[in-house]
Order: sequence, then structure tokens, then C-alpha cells
Amino acid sequence: MSGLEDLYREIILDHYRAPRNRGELPVPPAVKSEGFNPLCGDEVVLYLDVDDGVVTDLKIAGQGCSISQASTSMMSAAVKGKTIAEVRQLTRAFKALMSIHESKLEGEQDGSDLEDDLKGVRLGDLEALQGVVKFPVRIKCATLAWNTLLQGLDEAT
Amino acid sequence: MSSIDVARVKADFPILKRVVNGHPLVFLDSAASAQKPIGVLEAMDRLARESYANVHRGVYTIAEEASAKFEASRAAVARFIGAPAPHEVIFTRNATEAINLVAYSWARSNLVEGDAIVLTEMEHHANVVPWLMLAEERGVELRWVPITSDFVLDLDGLDELLHNAKLLAVTASSNVLGTINDIPPLVQAAHASGALVLVDACQSVPHLVTDVTAWDADFVAFSAHKMLGPSGIGALWARSELLEAMPPFLGGGEMIRDVTKTGFTTNELPWKFEAGTPAITEAIGWHAAIDYLEDLGMDNVRAHEVSITDYALGTLEANFEDRITIYGPRDPAARGSAVSFLLQEIHAHDVSQVLDEYGVCVRAGHHCAKPLMRVLGVPATSRASFYIYNDEDDVDALVSALKNAEKFFAI
Ligand SMILES: Cc1ncc(COP(=O)(O)O)c(C=O)c1O
Repeated sequence: MSGLEDLYREIILDHYRAPRNRGELPVPPAVKSEGFNPLCGDEVVLYLDVDDGVVTDLKIAGQGCSISQASTSMMSAAVKGKTIAEVRQLTRAFKALMSIHESKLEGEQDGSDLEDDLKGVRLGDLEALQGVVKFPVRIKCATLAWNTLLQGLDEAT
Repeated sequence: MSSIDVARVKADFPILKRVVNGHPLVFLDSAASAQKPIGVLEAMDRLARESYANVHRGVYTIAEEASAKFEASRAAVARFIGAPAPHEVIFTRNATEAINLVAYSWARSNLVEGDAIVLTEMEHHANVVPWLMLAEERGVELRWVPITSDFVLDLDGLDELLHNAKLLAVTASSNVLGTINDIPPLVQAAHASGALVLVDACQSVPHLVTDVTAWDADFVAFSAHKMLGPSGIGALWARSELLEAMPPFLGGGEMIRDVTKTGFTTNELPWKFEAGTPAITEAIGWHAAIDYLEDLGMDNVRAHEVSITDYALGTLEANFEDRITIYGPRDPAARGSAVSFLLQEIHAHDVSQVLDEYGVCVRAGHHCAKPLMRVLGVPATSRASFYIYNDEDDVDALVSALKNAEKFFAI
């Protein structure tokens, strides 16, 4: 079971079973953004309150597999209260976390850009999602929330 | 008592000796694509080693051998589906291309704005999107036969739906629900209102005795790779008169009789619709696949599938009770062997992921039938599908892996 336990770390299962920040926010003032993974039907809906350059509140809705839903919940906990600049940096760092391993697999790139992306950023619990990179088809599940977040930020700013 | 000696059959499929994640491979995704017996692999290999050449062109010995084998495959396909003549069988890349051939050649020369096509809610995207494209381009109306809560076609409003329609496009068996549709009455109803009938037989030709003449259908599409053959080849069967009257689909070599600087005339059937070098090796593989199925006997194939599906449905229900929802008819005699299901609280992708850990291959997702998934109200299901090389041990391996998934994701 080692492969599986790498993918489904306890903290991921915890976020999947008890997702944080579920709900909706009134639109407007909140911005609503939706993301789909057409392959498996995963759906992420985000409500973002952005005030003075800070993500003051965010709620999540949608449905999907444990990885997409846990990643969404973890993302929501990580970005709440952060400035947009911090959120963008965190997003880059998270994507780097996903792709460092992708590029290592391909045996290309020395990863220096990626190290730049990760420098000074504390991923915390999000690092538990690292195991996903060993299951390439699931990377999209993990990044869906973050891509949906970027969409929402673009709209809110 | 099985009608098929599954142990012997299994031994004919080299891939089934594979070990995945420390477990013997349990392949339950034949509805997506089936595995190949050694006879198919050897037939393709033998062609490449002994007689490979382009078909219908060379006068040298091996070119003639290749051409003869290629046409023998067409004859075998025709015989297998009860087609009156081999030249009514057009080789295509797959069922999808066969349906597109009908959409481009027949439909675009026969349908105009305001005409209607009747589909069903259980169609695969291959039998939906070509018609959506036509609807967008031509303003053709699409009408949908609904399904009942028992997962069968609701035929109450059929005559109304068919009124003034030009085509009924219907699957012989659903790749999601397993439902087998009774084709002859549908054809009768369609013909009575002047509509032609296209049958998507992708999920029935591999599993059931097929007789396109008894169906009295007009177009029938299917693929080799779901019936032990290779990917890259499929076929459209249609009645000669229709094919004669249809304009060509793709243009190029092989499909012409003569070409000048100002025009061309088309070749005779079936080559009129086979532009370019066809899937030669694959056609030979397909023939070997048909030989294999005919040796088993399609009645035995069907009897085996009814019995294994019966066991699977019963075992899943007994083990998971109200924690499993099965999307499809309960009566194994009324359905094929594709069993779609959801375990309570566990997403289909997570189920597949855990199953893979035990070497069990099932499909998760929308199965290229999104309109149907919307009707069912679920984004995705898991699907186990059984074929000639699956036995009760495979079902038991599925059940045991599913139990582990439940344990893993226990709330
Ligand atoms: C019912 C049905 N129709 C059509 C298709 C398309 O077949 P192909 O991909 O071989 O064209 C499939 C295959 O998944 C199918 O199950």
C-alpha cells in the first residue's frame, strides 16, 4: 500500500472528509469562479472576497475526487487573509511543487527557476500533496483549485 | 457451469500473465478496449514477416497475398455481422469514423435545415457529437429518446419523436448502463415514418450474435479493438443502394476510378470510401480475432457473459448492500457485461486508484457519455466490464479491492 499512502496522506484524507471553508458568499461583492476537470467531472467553485489587495474571505463549493476536494480545502485555508501578491507567490510555489517532480521525471531542467519559486515560501500542509506527482493523471486534480483561484484573482483585480 | 473454458481462454492472452503492483492483472475494462489473444498477435506478426505490401496495387506475389488477406478479412467481418455482401463493409479507422462517414457523406447530402435526427440519451459521444456538428452547421434539429428509471429506452413518445425525422441513431448496447436495445422494433418504427436507422454496434458486435439483415438497419458502425482485434480499424456496414448513392467521404488514392486535371470518378464499392492506404496489418489482426470468437461460438460468448454478469451483480449487491448504486438493468439477460457503479461517499477516481494498487483495472469517469451522466445526475461512475477471459475469481478480486477502498476512505 506504500504508493497509495503516499498519495492519500492522512492530512489529505482529513481535508477530504472535513473540508474547510465550505459555503458561498454573496456575489457581488464576492467574485465567483468555477473550474472543471472535463476528464473526471471534478468541479471547484470559489467565492472570493478581495478587499484592499487582501483575500479577506473565501468559500468553496463543488464536488469531485478526494485529491481535488482536499486540495481545494487546503488551498482555501492557506490563502485566507493573505495579500494578492502572497497568494500569487504561493500559487507559483505550489505549481512548482507539482512540476519539480514532473521535470525530474523527464530528466530535464536543473530546477533552478523552480527553486526560485519556492524560495521563502512556506507551503506547510500543502506539501502533503507532493505524493500526487507520482500519479501523473491526478496532478490535474490537485492543481484545479489553484487554477480556479488564479481565474478568480484575475477577475477580482 | 460456464459455456466457455475460461482457464484455457486466459492462457491464450499473453498480457493476462502480467503482474501489476505485485498482483496478477485483473482486466475489467474490455468495454473500453479488449485484450488480444496470441493468434491475433501472431497473425499480424506473420503478415509483416511474410506477406506485407500495400494492397490492390502491386502485381507481385506478396502484394497479391496481402490484398487477398485484406479482402478475406472484409469477407470475415461481413459474415460475422450477417451482411449480405462483403462490398457493403467499409473499413474505417474505428466506429467513430464510421459514424462520421455517415454524417458527412449521407447526412450532408440528404438533410437540410429543419430536418430532424432522433438520438437517445444513452448514446456515446461518437454518436452524439457528429450530429451536434451537423445541427450547428445545418440547423438540423436533434431529438432525444429519454431513458426510464429502469435504465431502458422510454419508447412511449417514439412515434412522435420520429415524426418527419430523417434518421434514428441508436446504440445497440450502452457502454455505461449495459442496456441492450431491441433494434428490430426501433427500425420498424423509424422506417414506418420514413427515417433511416444508424446502429452504433460497438458494444454489441463483440458480445452478441449480430445479424444486420435481421435488424433491417441502414447503417451499422463498430470497432475491431473491442472484439480482441487491434486498434486502428473499424467498419461501417450499409446497404449497397445507400452506399452507391452517397458521395465519397475522403478523397485520395484507392477511392478513384479515374482522375484528370478537372475531375475524378469514384471507384466501386467498398473502395469508393477507402481513401489512402488502409490499416492493412490491423485488418489481418481483426480477421484472426473473428476466427477466435467464432471458434468459441458467439452463443457461448453470450452465455458466459450473462453468467459472469449475473455473478458480478449478485456479489456486488451482497457485499455492499445499500452502499453501492448500480446504474443499469438488474436482469443479466437484458444487458451486456458493462457494470457501472458508485460506492457511497467515494469518488470513482479514488476507487480506480485503490483498485489499481491491487492490479484491478476498471474505468472511472464519464465514459464518453456526458449527456447520459447528466440524466443520471452523477459526474462520474466506476465501470467494470467483463469478457471471455474473465471469471468469478476476477469478480472476487474486484470485490475484495473495493472493500479495501472502503476501508481506506472510511469516514
Ligand atoms: C457505444 C460506443 N460507441 C462508440 C464508441 C467509439 O468507439 P471508437 O473509439 O472505437 O471509435 C465506443 C467506444 O468507447 C462505444 O462504447
